[in-house]
Amino acid sequence: MGEPGTPELVKLEDLEAGSALTGRKHILSLMVENKPGVLARIAGLFSRRGFNIDTLAVGPTEDPDVSRVTLTLDGAVHPIDQVTKQLHKLINVIKIRDMEPNGTVAREMALFRVNAAVENRGEIMQFAEIFNANIVDVSRRTLTIEVTGSQDKIDSFERMVRPHGLIEMARTGEVAITKSRPDA
Amino acid sequence: MMRAADALCEALTNEGVEHVFGIPGGANLPLYDAIYDAKFQHIQARHEQGAGHMAEGYAKASGRVGVALATSGPGATNLVTPIADAMMDSVPTVFITGQVRTDLIGTDGFQEADVVGITLPVVKHSLLVTDPRQIPDYIHKAFHIASTGRPGPVLVDVPQDLIRADIDYTPATGSPALPGYKPSTDGNIKQIRIAAKALANSKRPVIYGGGGIINANASEEFREFCRTDELPVTLTVMGLGAFPAPDEQWLGMLGMHGTRTANYAMDEADLIVCVGARFDDRITGKLSEFAPRAKFVHIDIDPAEIGKNLPAHIPIVGDAKDVLTKLAREYAALNPEPARLGEWWSRIRGWQSEHPLRYEDSSDSEIKPQFMVEAMYEATGGDAIITSDVGQHQMWAAQYYHFAKPRRWLNSGGLGTMGFGLPSAIGAKVACPDETVVGLSGDGSLIMTCQEMATAARHDIPVKIFLMNNGHFGMVRQWQELFWEKRYSSVEMGPSPDWSKLADAFGWTGMRCDAKGDLRESMKTALETEGPVLLDVHVTQDENCYPMIPAGAAARDMVG
Repeated sequence: MGEPGTPELVKLEDLEAGSALTGRKHILSLMVENKPGVLARIAGLFSRRGFNIDTLAVGPTEDPDVSRVTLTLDGAVHPIDQVTKQLHKLINVIKIRDMEPNGTVAREMALFRVNAAVENRGEIMQFAEIFNANIVDVSRRTLTIEVTGSQDKIDSFERMVRPHGLIEMARTGEVAITKSRPDA
Repeated sequence: MMRAADALCEALTNEGVEHVFGIPGGANLPLYDAIYDAKFQHIQARHEQGAGHMAEGYAKASGRVGVALATSGPGATNLVTPIADAMMDSVPTVFITGQVRTDLIGTDGFQEADVVGITLPVVKHSLLVTDPRQIPDYIHKAFHIASTGRPGPVLVDVPQDLIRADIDYTPATGSPALPGYKPSTDGNIKQIRIAAKALANSKRPVIYGGGGIINANASEEFREFCRTDELPVTLTVMGLGAFPAPDEQWLGMLGMHGTRTANYAMDEADLIVCVGARFDDRITGKLSEFAPRAKFVHIDIDPAEIGKNLPAHIPIVGDAKDVLTKLAREYAALNPEPARLGEWWSRIRGWQSEHPLRYEDSSDSEIKPQFMVEAMYEATGGDAIITSDVGQHQMWAAQYYHFAKPRRWLNSGGLGTMGFGLPSAIGAKVACPDETVVGLSGDGSLIMTCQEMATAARHDIPVKIFLMNNGHFGMVRQWQELFWEKRYSSVEMGPSPDWSKLADAFGWTGMRCDAKGDLRESMKTALETEGPVLLDVHVTQDENCYPMIPAGAAARDMVG
């Protein structure tokens, strides 16, 4: 139907508009100018357009003039295409990548302080071992555990330790980077 | 070496600035000292909001970047409304505010306000000077960002101590270093070809244009494109003048107070080609019932507009001038069959004859507001620059003054800022001194910025203000009548100033007209009188602006 370079006209009934919602979690990786106020511009854009950020991580990159902002959002609620277009309008945003789930390595770090009385201390330490987590602080009644991994892994760990009494939790939000091709 | 303040003035001159609008104050004293010797002319306003709207009027009338200056704190916060206005209507403007000394920033110093923070949601971009050597570069960046891509307001905030420093000045030229700013202007030819082929197959097309055409200086290309075939054309309130009215192909304005023909055509269209417009709620009414049979071609320089309110079937990102030139060529090359539109046009002609814009004129000396606009059209030969405030008079002007050229109709469309009319008229007249500039105002709007009459008097800027005086916040009164059970709450103006006396007091020529029979003559006299003139025209108090799509209703449910 009406491909460019062919003489046929385009049938209107064949025209389709892309759907706005993708229905999955998206990780957006933004390269932004390392300048004061840039984060405020991004945060302000999200709040005034009614976009809800699930996680946000900001940090330096290999280039001192550039920072990386990694955001995760729910594509079932937000039109990701509109979010990225609005972000592109910010002059300080240099590049945006909507990270492909299969082509991305994404990691988050979390710290958990959990109740660890003598009777369940062993079980918690087993969980830590299974999850490749590190015990970074110990007291008579608590353990502080550092877990690194995907968002799902950290969610699972939280589900495991919560019944024992989760005193405090701090999560960084995901950071992500694209996978290299095997031959690269 | 020169003072950074002098460098800032040099940088403005380097950008081609001939006029700036502003008010001095504490934090921008060093800048005003430099302005004493500057090559551009400074128009002293009487309120920063006025200065901002003057800069907008200047930009809208001329297409050049408008510049407004204010001091820190209240001076800067008074600019917020024009900045937001310029953002909504994509007006190329640069706002330069003084800021308190760097050692006072963050201490709640005298006249300190975080204007960069306050304006963050309503600027295209903002720049806070942190080193005096940045000033020439920041001014260059500000003008570049304000005037390219989708135009908009850029704020430059300059602390008072930094601007007093001495710096080496070299004029900034060429493309500034902005790694995150590369507006794409060239429309994708494949997409354009698909659009042309869809249009050639369309039986019920409507071309729906907006202010983007005017911003792109693409009115000629738009007209050429529409003329490649008998394509029905409608425009938003921001787009009026982009296609010459009246015309055989012209359906009138669309939207809330647009013609029934334009709105019904949108409702029944099978293909809508949107050029430089944004499917605003005043256009679509109830979004889910807007143009239910149509596929959309959406042409805009701002990719974020495409798909924002409605999904686009054929999105084309690019400058309207470029896209329309290519689209007209591609479309004409398909030799579209004009006869296929015959049925569509007879349907449109049916609506036009059944539902023309009309009002019931008075049989006595009462002046109907629509009659006033018609008289204004006659008196100006349809060829003045008309600025407008916001409300009923704005809609009547959009309906009854037939704009034949772009940049002849300046109004606040997106933000709907009452008080825009008078200062924007002043700005337009400064930009286009050889043109007749008439500001059409309502009595609710005019009083919001009427202090700017002093500006016109001081600088001898001969604008003509035609005041449509109905003693009310007329549009709000209309809504209270129609949708709020006639519970008239704070819409009557009560004792208003004697406008002709007020005008006299400001050093203007004040005039008043109460009788229909005198109106044409009064307007003629007002236009012929030297200097600024205010003509206070007393019109019907309770006239409603029709037709109308009630808020949230569908186009086919227009009333009146």
